[in-house]
Amino acid sequence: MMSMTLRRILHGLGLLIVLCFTLFPFYWMVSSSFKDQTDLLASPPVWFFTPTLSNYTDIFADEKVSGAIVNSLVVATLTTALSVILGAPAAYALARFNFRGKSDLWFWFISNRMISPIVLALPVYVLALQLKLLDTHLVLILIYLTFNLPIVVWICTDQFRSIPIELEQAARLDGADQFTIFRKIYVPLGLPGIAVSAIFSFIFSWNELLYALVLTRRNVQTAPVIATSFMSGYELPWGKIMATGTVIVLPVTIFALLVSKHMVRGLTMGATK
Amino acid sequence: MAQTQPKLNPGYGRWTPFWFLAPAVFALLVIGIYPTISALITSFRRYNITRPRDGFPFVGLDNYVNVLSDQTFWQSLGLTARFFLTVLPFELFFGICVALLLHRPGLGILRALARVSLVVPLATTYAVVGLIGRLVFNRDFGIANQFLNAIGVGGLDWLGSTTGAFIAIAVMDIWQWTPFCALIFLAGLSMVPVEIEEAARLETSSKTAMLRHVQLPYLLPGLTAMLILRSADILKLFDMVFVMTRGGPGSATDLVSIYIQRVGFRIFDMGTASAQAILLLIVTIVLSRLYIKLIYKEIE
Repeated sequence: MMSMTLRRILHGLGLLIVLCFTLFPFYWMVSSSFKDQTDLLASPPVWFFTPTLSNYTDIFADEKVSGAIVNSLVVATLTTALSVILGAPAAYALARFNFRGKSDLWFWFISNRMISPIVLALPVYVLALQLKLLDTHLVLILIYLTFNLPIVVWICTDQFRSIPIELEQAARLDGADQFTIFRKIYVPLGLPGIAVSAIFSFIFSWNELLYALVLTRRNVQTAPVIATSFMSGYELPWGKIMATGTVIVLPVTIFALLVSKHMVRGLTMGATK
Repeated sequence: MAQTQPKLNPGYGRWTPFWFLAPAVFALLVIGIYPTISALITSFRRYNITRPRDGFPFVGLDNYVNVLSDQTFWQSLGLTARFFLTVLPFELFFGICVALLLHRPGLGILRALARVSLVVPLATTYAVVGLIGRLVFNRDFGIANQFLNAIGVGGLDWLGSTTGAFIAIAVMDIWQWTPFCALIFLAGLSMVPVEIEEAARLETSSKTAMLRHVQLPYLLPGLTAMLILRSADILKLFDMVFVMTRGGPGSATDLVSIYIQRVGFRIFDMGTASAQAILLLIVTIVLSRLYIKLIYKEIE
């Protein structure tokens, strides 16, 4: 029988290992972004070094990088807004009405979560080529709806169901029509769920690479595309690459920490509470 | 999830739900279903974008016959399966360990910190995971080799060798998705009613007995979810591997999504790539049906 203190120490040690495991790659990226090229290529690796901001000044001076970040912001923000505008009413219908084909519709929304982007990337590329939509924000905003709408519909349906139906009934007795009820009761009371779904939608759009790689050229390249484009040539600018990586990852990490309680729900479409 | 069936909402017009649903359904039809049908049609054509002068004639099932007799396609599917079977045991094992550590009472602040830190790998942009992988597994100055050298094992040309590259992408996947498994297991563990857990603790001091007889039933639904979602995600896996290896060296990391992407966007053989994509879609639909059947039992 182990003593209590020993168990506590082992528990603490285990938790520390978890922390190191999850944070080390992230830490390594961030610390590398503050190293100059000699420190980066040093062998053995340097743990203590004089940090430099030159990688960051370099990438922000580079119009390609700052332009890509703006593109990512535009695409992620607009597709998120559109997902919420289209998805929230649908979620309300799924939460509060019974109609024929409801479960089929529900399943269809959910299945979209599983489909590989390559399946849609091929035909969408051909269509965008014909419609001259390649390398526009619009095509990315629209195609990102395929994975954002399901997440918004799923989370908002869940949230709207938890709103007491008596509120709706009372409002109907007062003569409010269905759209007023949605706008005045469900939107304000469901706001936490709507916000969580919007954050997820933003994270997924911000992180997306395959569609962005295939459907954009010079003008609308998003941040992940630019980050990968550094990966050619012989002498790789590791400092700049890691600085770009940090700039890309930092905002979504903060967002993800905000919704960390809902992370599992968002990633599994509600398999667990 | 819904506690009860949503109560029928009396006094609404027959078309009311339709108006709420129409915009979302219409959008998904246009951006989801229409391209899928278009891919289906393309899959019956000889369709190489670089050769528009040949036209895009219908060739019946030729593309499917070609794909199904294409060794490389089967190899990439086999490799994807091998990847799944490699990473999943690690993710499940580490996942349950982490979940048990986090479930155990005591050490409040450290536990909360560790739990929050799980979100970091999950949120990291997949492409950036690939970039970090390239840095960590660099042959000359990557930290992986430095570590191996330090413990006296020689370094390895990770991304330049067949096994090395496969291990490298597996490690990055395990890093990113172990937290996912841990969080689902943790949610399962916290579903065990406190009284039952307390009672069981008085009965037995054995951790394994506890896990098997008390906690396991609560972990099974999450386990099913993980199996299906991870397999769907690995069929989708593209970003991280593309950044790290582009499927190479040779075809060492040529997972199915990478392979289809290359046929479609490097060789521009849209007919063949579409046939491959449709086959992939069929597998995915089966998986998601399964998921819905097993996970959403209660929703009708």
